Amino acid sequence: MKYTEEHEWLRADGDIYVVGITEHATTQLGDLVFVELPEVGATVSKDDEIVVIESVKAASDIMAPVDGEITDVNSALADDPSLANSDPLGEGWFFKIKPSDPSQIDGLMDEAAYTALIS
Amino acid sequence: MPFTPTDYLPYDFANRRHIGPSPAEMEEMLKVVGAKDLHALIDDTIPKGIRQKEPLDFGKAKSERELLHHMRVTAAKNKVLTSLIGQGYHGTVTPPAIQRNILENPAWYTAYTPYQPEISQGRLEALLNFQTMVSDLTGLEIANASLLDEATACAEAMTMAQRISKTKAAGFFVDENCHPQNIAVIKTRAAPLGIEVIVGDPDDLDAGAVFGAIFQYPGTYGHVRDFTNAIAQLHDAKAIGIVSADPLALTLLKEPGAMGADIAVGTTQRFGVPMGYGGPHAAYMATKAAYARNMPGRIVGVSVDSHGNRAYRLSLQTREQHIRREKATSNVCTAQALLAVMAGFYGVFHGPEGLKAIAQRIHRKTARLAEGLKQAGFVVRPATFFDTITVEVGPLQAAVIKSAVDEGVNLRRVGTTSVGITLDEATRPEVIEQVWHAFGIDREDKDYTPHYNMPEKLIRTSDFMTHPIFHMNRAETEMMRYMRRLADRDLALDRAMIPLGSCTMKLNSAAEMMPVSWREFSLLHPYCPADQAAGYHELIDDLSSKLCDITGYDAISMQPNSGAQGEYAGLLTIARWHRTNGEGHRNICLIPMSAHGTNPASAQMVGWKVVPVRSAENGDIDLEDFRAKVAEHKDNLAGCMITYPSTHGVFEETVIEVCKITHDAGGQVYIDGANMNAMVGLSRPGDLGGDVSHLNLHKTFCIPHGGGGPGMGPIGVKAHLTPHLPGDPNDGEGAVSAAAFGSPSLLPISWAYCLMMGGDGLTQATRVAILNANYIAKRLEGAFDVLYKGPTGRVAHECIIDTRPFAESAHITVDDIAKRLADCGFHAPTMSWPVAGTLMIEPTESETKAELDRFCDAMLGIREEIRAIEDGRMDPENNPLKNAPHTMEDLVVDWNRPYSRECGCFPTGSFRVDKYWPPVNRVDNVWGDRNLSCTCPPMEDYAET
Repeated sequence: MKYTEEHEWLRADGDIYVVGITEHATTQLGDLVFVELPEVGATVSKDDEIVVIESVKAASDIMAPVDGEITDVNSALADDPSLANSDPLGEGWFFKIKPSDPSQIDGLMDEAAYTALIS
Repeated sequence: MPFTPTDYLPYDFANRRHIGPSPAEMEEMLKVVGAKDLHALIDDTIPKGIRQKEPLDFGKAKSERELLHHMRVTAAKNKVLTSLIGQGYHGTVTPPAIQRNILENPAWYTAYTPYQPEISQGRLEALLNFQTMVSDLTGLEIANASLLDEATACAEAMTMAQRISKTKAAGFFVDENCHPQNIAVIKTRAAPLGIEVIVGDPDDLDAGAVFGAIFQYPGTYGHVRDFTNAIAQLHDAKAIGIVSADPLALTLLKEPGAMGADIAVGTTQRFGVPMGYGGPHAAYMATKAAYARNMPGRIVGVSVDSHGNRAYRLSLQTREQHIRREKATSNVCTAQALLAVMAGFYGVFHGPEGLKAIAQRIHRKTARLAEGLKQAGFVVRPATFFDTITVEVGPLQAAVIKSAVDEGVNLRRVGTTSVGITLDEATRPEVIEQVWHAFGIDREDKDYTPHYNMPEKLIRTSDFMTHPIFHMNRAETEMMRYMRRLADRDLALDRAMIPLGSCTMKLNSAAEMMPVSWREFSLLHPYCPADQAAGYHELIDDLSSKLCDITGYDAISMQPNSGAQGEYAGLLTIARWHRTNGEGHRNICLIPMSAHGTNPASAQMVGWKVVPVRSAENGDIDLEDFRAKVAEHKDNLAGCMITYPSTHGVFEETVIEVCKITHDAGGQVYIDGANMNAMVGLSRPGDLGGDVSHLNLHKTFCIPHGGGGPGMGPIGVKAHLTPHLPGDPNDGEGAVSAAAFGSPSLLPISWAYCLMMGGDGLTQATRVAILNANYIAKRLEGAFDVLYKGPTGRVAHECIIDTRPFAESAHITVDDIAKRLADCGFHAPTMSWPVAGTLMIEPTESETKAELDRFCDAMLGIREEIRAIEDGRMDPENNPLKNAPHTMEDLVVDWNRPYSRECGCFPTGSFRVDKYWPPVNRVDNVWGDRNLSCTCPPMEDYAET
């Protein structure tokens, strides 16, 4: 697992990465009520705002963790945003991205670094 | 002598009626706060360097009786003619029951925006009725709870279209048949955003060149056209179709939704809200469900409470500026709640069959009028119409308009050779005869054979307003009780203090309010000849001059209809000044992080980039960071926006330095006037170095909040900016509102306040506002931490108390405390702003010591309950704070809670006999946003209530 400072997690699945937000992030945001996902096939650059999430008290944008192509999105999450609260690392994933420059992944945090960030 | 002479002044409005604490009470309060006298307290609170030199002097203050006489004399200088000008403003018949039970009823007009839903269910239901009515009439799924005016709504629709359209085109098409004021306000809004406005005939629309298009329906000259094809072309080009529609016409004509429109806007003025020389009235916006999150303004939605019962609330609040800041959908916050409530009740009063009947009568009268003109040989356009016709008169234009005025009727000048006539619900047969006379036709209006000139293909076929609420028994008894029932569910100023920080919920006195509904103020059309509005002009000139004296500015524009619109207008004024100086490139705006969210949202609207400035530990602007940011951006610095006293409620001594640094770098200073209630008579933003400020007349100057609007945010500017103020919406540049003076029928309120208070009274009010806040701070000290005091330990006119420690010690949040205050019969203070987890309390000068004590007792009682949780004497989950608010239902059902009924329902500070019972338990915000529903729920859901 890799992490970003924006509280996203990335899990390798072959040469594709599954991306979601951490439990720490969902606790801070509270119950999510709305998620807007990017279009499958979209080419994105690192730090592009590609997802909008809303709770009743906050609205945030989630940025692309690396350059790449969106290969899949979790449409179940768009229908039921509470999945991100109940199972942030599993059913509550957001999108899958195929990095165009896999070396960017190496620049992200590992679990120890992320734990240090939020503690 | 049989009695002792007294110097008591029974008609001293300032000290007897407006200011709450009596002199004896003030003595006691000063002892508590530890100040020798009021002047010593003020010297402690406001730094010497920023105090104003000369006292305010408006001559002798008037008593209520003198004021009302003076108002009568002024009102008589307005001449009320029958207006057939149209152009978006119509005569209407306000049902007397609505005038008396809503417009003139403090239970409705003194309420605040329904951010605390548990104590706002009545007006939330009334606003939901409004939304349902708008949604039905327009044929679109979701409507908001109103916008400021139709022109603003058009501009908002344009920027919304840009957000939702999937095309990259930069143009926006505007139907040339749109009302001129709508086109003017759209242009003002488009320019700084780089949107190219194309005005033209809808038949010439090039859909590929635009991200959206707006059409007027019926058109300003009367045309009734079908926009179905144009909208289909727009959709093919991935652009957005907007229709600005008269809601009364929609009772007879094909609705925008049936034409495929994505957005509909318009005004509900003619639903029983008088013209008021321009306002206030409620504009509306409706859209497709898919675009709900992109719609600006407040939206009432249906949710459930903690017991699963139906409860209303404001939905999707994350779209708003306090969360989104410069990414917000718009800077709009104030709606026109009171006027939307009136329009909604007009719909309930008449129902769909009544509205249709009214619309048909208007059309038949228009058809008769047109027929008479045609028979006399005049060319009347268009061939088919609803209520508006345009008559070709060639060189006779001036003569016809003049002779109409002699008959007591205002007609509209159209071009140089035509006259426009728009009839309305209030048009009587005599008026039709008067119009004929003006055209030299001598005939009687006697032939009532129904005659229709509507395009048959455009006749509405769908039902609307089918909900039972629009079909209830319309006997006045029933209506009166319905209005009373809803009012009783809400907590407004007529029952208790509303200590909302930064909102200044002060007295809206009866004498100030009375002139609002006088016909001389309420029946004028905004574009009537100036000589018919001489009374208004006298009022506006005098009020402007007083506001200049109060603020230290040189000129005032009354045009902005809200504080946020004032910010936008002020920044536009600065931008125009920069452009005139050849410095149009300046686009950086410094804004402290603690600023209200509308500040960055407004800066974004004028195309500026926001650079946030850090706040120091004590809440002040971090001067070092400010200097550094100015230095970094000095070549492009447009200005800064600051709030004074700060949003943390402190008079920062550094303000003069902040202004100087900004000016030295070529920038201008915008001082947000939200906290003006701490300054009037004691300090002037213009003297501190401000170039522009807006004044919230609905805060500092007594216009009531109306349950979420109306508001007014006029701006004051220094002389160098005067030429750059917003222009006239009919023939000027840079208009921000549909009417030149915004919402003039509210201005008698603020004028009356100034006249009855006098300079001394206004200044005393400021002092007492500061005393009241310091008294609360002192009484709560020890139990709560008071944040952000000034260097001498004083707060300004509000105080912030910290509730964050209780999250740790007792799992109690700021929400729990707010809801518990409802049990005590209080509206909560401002929550989590400007600092998360805090309460900001602003008592205003109008609250008496007894009410302040009741509030403090309630807060201290809550603190004791928190202590009981901390000590383990109360259950950490099942306790009166977590379960708040308690309803009467809770009291009478099986009570199996670890605390007593008495403890739950009658906390310290609550009344016994006059106990306020919240009508619902805690409202579930998450449920409401996940299951969005913004129209009246099905009738079976009402069965329980």
